[in-house]
Amino acid sequence: MSVLPDGWEMVVGLEVHTELLTKSKLFCGCENHFGSEPNTNVCPICLGLPGSLPVLNEHAVELAMRIGMALHCTIAPSTFHRKNYFYPDQSKDYQISQYDLPINAEGYLDLPDGSRVRIERAHMEEDTGKTTHLGGSGRLAGADRSLVDYNRCGVPLVEIVSAPDIRSSAQARAYAAELRGILIATGASDGRMEEGSMRIDANVSVRRPGAPFGTRCEIKNLNSLRSLQRAIDHEALRQIELLEEGGTVRQETRHWDEDMGETSTLRVKEDAEDYRYFRDPDLVDLAPSEAWQAEVRTAMGAMPAERRRDLEARLGSPTDAQRDAVVVVIDLGLERFVHAAAEAGTDVAIALSRVANELAGEATLEKLSLDAFVKTVAMEQSGALSATQAKAVLGELITNGGDPVSVAAAKGYEQLSSDSLEATIDELIAANPDEWGRYRDGDDKLAGFFTGLVMKATSGKANGKAVVAVLQSRR
Amino acid sequence: MKTALTIAADVQSGASSATAELERTLGVIAARNEELNVFLHVDHDGARAMAEAVDAAIARGESVGPLAGVPIAIKDNLCQRGIPTTCSSKILEGWRPPYSATVLDRLVAAGAVPVGKTNLDEFAMGSSTENSAFGPTRNPLDPSRVPGGSSGGSAAAVAADMTSISLGSDTGGSIRQPAALCGIVGIKPTYGLVSRYGLIAFSSSLDQIGPFSSTVADSALLLEVIAGHDPLDSTSLPEPSPSLLAHVNDGVAGKRIGLVKELYEGSSPAVLAAVHAAAEALREAGATIVELSIPELRLGLSAYYLIAPAEASSNLARYDGVRFGRRVDGEDVTAMMEATRTAGFGAEVKRRIMLGTYALSAGYYDAYYGQALKVRTLTINAFAKAYEQVDLILGATTPDVAFAFGEKAADPMAMYLNDVFTIPTNLAGDPALSLPFGKGDHNLPIGVQLLGPGRSEAQLIAAARVLEIADGRA
Repeated sequence: MSVLPDGWEMVVGLEVHTELLTKSKLFCGCENHFGSEPNTNVCPICLGLPGSLPVLNEHAVELAMRIGMALHCTIAPSTFHRKNYFYPDQSKDYQISQYDLPINAEGYLDLPDGSRVRIERAHMEEDTGKTTHLGGSGRLAGADRSLVDYNRCGVPLVEIVSAPDIRSSAQARAYAAELRGILIATGASDGRMEEGSMRIDANVSVRRPGAPFGTRCEIKNLNSLRSLQRAIDHEALRQIELLEEGGTVRQETRHWDEDMGETSTLRVKEDAEDYRYFRDPDLVDLAPSEAWQAEVRTAMGAMPAERRRDLEARLGSPTDAQRDAVVVVIDLGLERFVHAAAEAGTDVAIALSRVANELAGEATLEKLSLDAFVKTVAMEQSGALSATQAKAVLGELITNGGDPVSVAAAKGYEQLSSDSLEATIDELIAANPDEWGRYRDGDDKLAGFFTGLVMKATSGKANGKAVVAVLQSRR
Repeated sequence: MKTALTIAADVQSGASSATAELERTLGVIAARNEELNVFLHVDHDGARAMAEAVDAAIARGESVGPLAGVPIAIKDNLCQRGIPTTCSSKILEGWRPPYSATVLDRLVAAGAVPVGKTNLDEFAMGSSTENSAFGPTRNPLDPSRVPGGSSGGSAAAVAADMTSISLGSDTGGSIRQPAALCGIVGIKPTYGLVSRYGLIAFSSSLDQIGPFSSTVADSALLLEVIAGHDPLDSTSLPEPSPSLLAHVNDGVAGKRIGLVKELYEGSSPAVLAAVHAAAEALREAGATIVELSIPELRLGLSAYYLIAPAEASSNLARYDGVRFGRRVDGEDVTAMMEATRTAGFGAEVKRRIMLGTYALSAGYYDAYYGQALKVRTLTINAFAKAYEQVDLILGATTPDVAFAFGEKAADPMAMYLNDVFTIPTNLAGDPALSLPFGKGDHNLPIGVQLLGPGRSEAQLIAAARVLEIADGRA
């Protein structure tokens, strides 16, 4: 479902920067923590004081390897290089990064829709500090004063570079979401885009299908999935408009303005800095041993794709809606509830629906035990609770905990007797002769109409399945 | 002249005290520093407190380290907590590091008393100490001449008998060349033997900290104290400090020593005579002398003047006025950085930053920096091949004796050529030692150089001791 005019295709590659969840920074012992007072998590090393030297954090290497393994990359012997450029938030005026030999090379990521995006590399580097420019335009040039916070300087990052395999903004979004799930599942990152734990640059170009790649523009620092999708669509449309008017796309770096909903030029390629990369002589080559790699691999849990397959297997042949629900449940890491219900022999479809709808939006599920959840599903399945009642019981269990049987009793959810249900239904049939006639003539949609009336009349106490059974018997 | 070994023994035995030794040192400094400009900063109070602490520990009967009460001079590119550290550059004027170099911690743990910071060529770039922003150091043996560089101050401190030992750093000869010109012993250790943590970087893949002393044994002792693995330096060798002092009198009997043409050719007649006399002395002590040629070493100087400036251009980027040291205000951050660096760096530092930036630039990397790395590999392989034939190598340290002020300062190439014999060892990462052997023009000392494969310091020291005796300095 492309937003592009006919005869055009977009080509997108993403560069995702993720901060690693290490206790300390990449090359020193300072705490890696977001939100501390400015310049409190600093030392001679991350401040780049003369004479200080970097020492590589092994835990960061382990997390980088986990990301590589989850993305089916080759873990390769690698080196660290210096990327040289002057900027005040970079304490040494160079960034230690990996260049021609990254730790993770050539992998792929399979998306829930079955498409595959190749990964070119996932390399390690250090983050920069944060500069705030006061006065002027808010940028470095012309600012009255600039304040720098070095707490983030030296925080470990992994940059994951995809091949230009993405063909729509929706696919780009799905890629970013899937990658985020993987980063969280590996324990490498908290995936918090709003805190900058995961930041995305998008390389976008357009072409006629089958034509060679067009000139690309890079959109920097997209910090939400929504921004990513909007920015890519906007940028592709901008390029198409330019080309259709007979113009050419200039290779440049662009900035996405979320409020204006458009991209604008940051710098053109001719202004691009020469980073004068060379091997950092303060660090030694990195070559994780086979034994270490095996240890890391063994300790890794299952990735989202595998967990989705496991959950779908519980359903047999899931509907599209159920597949969507599975994606939500896995993203949130809530599949344990569905698995517990399945293992107790209760209805997996009901359990999945309750988790995707009732549990998904909750900030915490600490008070809801697996056992209480499974019992609630069982009560709904048996007809002891209607769907509406089951949702209300779950809401109570999430807020206050407890046992579903007593919660249902306290709410007065005793089951309607079948006599009184039948009497209610007969009254409603009599009151709505036209609809009943159409239902009897085969219009099954009207079952829903009558079920709704019954629910209203019984304040939601009736069991939907029982209502349909009575309706059938009266047909 | 009293050696460090004697001072430490006297302090421990009670024949002297750390305080008395320090006061003697401070007295010589007071008498001669104005003339020679050896020390940029003398830490009177700190040194006295440390000396008193050593004396107190001895009075309490506690065991003290092998350098107990020995005053030592420190090159001013080594960080010492709270003590001004300038690299002889205006850009660091007034900066006091909040931490100490690993070697300083080890010295203090061994009982040594750091007395102050010595002059050097700015950021260790130079061979005469004329590039210091705080004026040149004078050679104590002839104050009209340079002491060599870049560790000119540390060499002069020992030559003037201000301290018995001192620390320098050697990137392309910055310990050995001033040792030769000042008539003392200096060692450039195997790369990684001594932690670089707290050494302000010039060229990280070449820099090594090493000792100066008037005797071979003192350098052996000092190197033992500062060497050994340091987890704060990723390039630090994994082994603990080697035993060196115990091998001083091992001799050279049965050793094969290469006399390498490329390490003395073009020297003055007196230097050539000294090198051959040294070879003869080693032969008489039981070594076999093998005449060798290693043509690859001729490429070393060119490769060095690409690799070292390239690394320096990156290492010196951090002096931008933002976090420490000097700041010259500008209209915005970029202008401030430019103004700071323009005012803060001297001409030689700027020359090398520009050279290194160019060598690493897109389009030039392969032709310059990339090519230099290949020459470096050639040098490593050539030395390795030579060490299949010989145990050690002998050559000159410098082509001539100490030169006069201004003699080479106007011509960078003439100055660079003074390091032609010392540079190849740094490229290979191997150790080398310079010691005085004979006298040249104007009765100035000549330095001969002993080179060996990685971690051969004990053998170098034993061979140097043979020459020390042969030169009549038993």
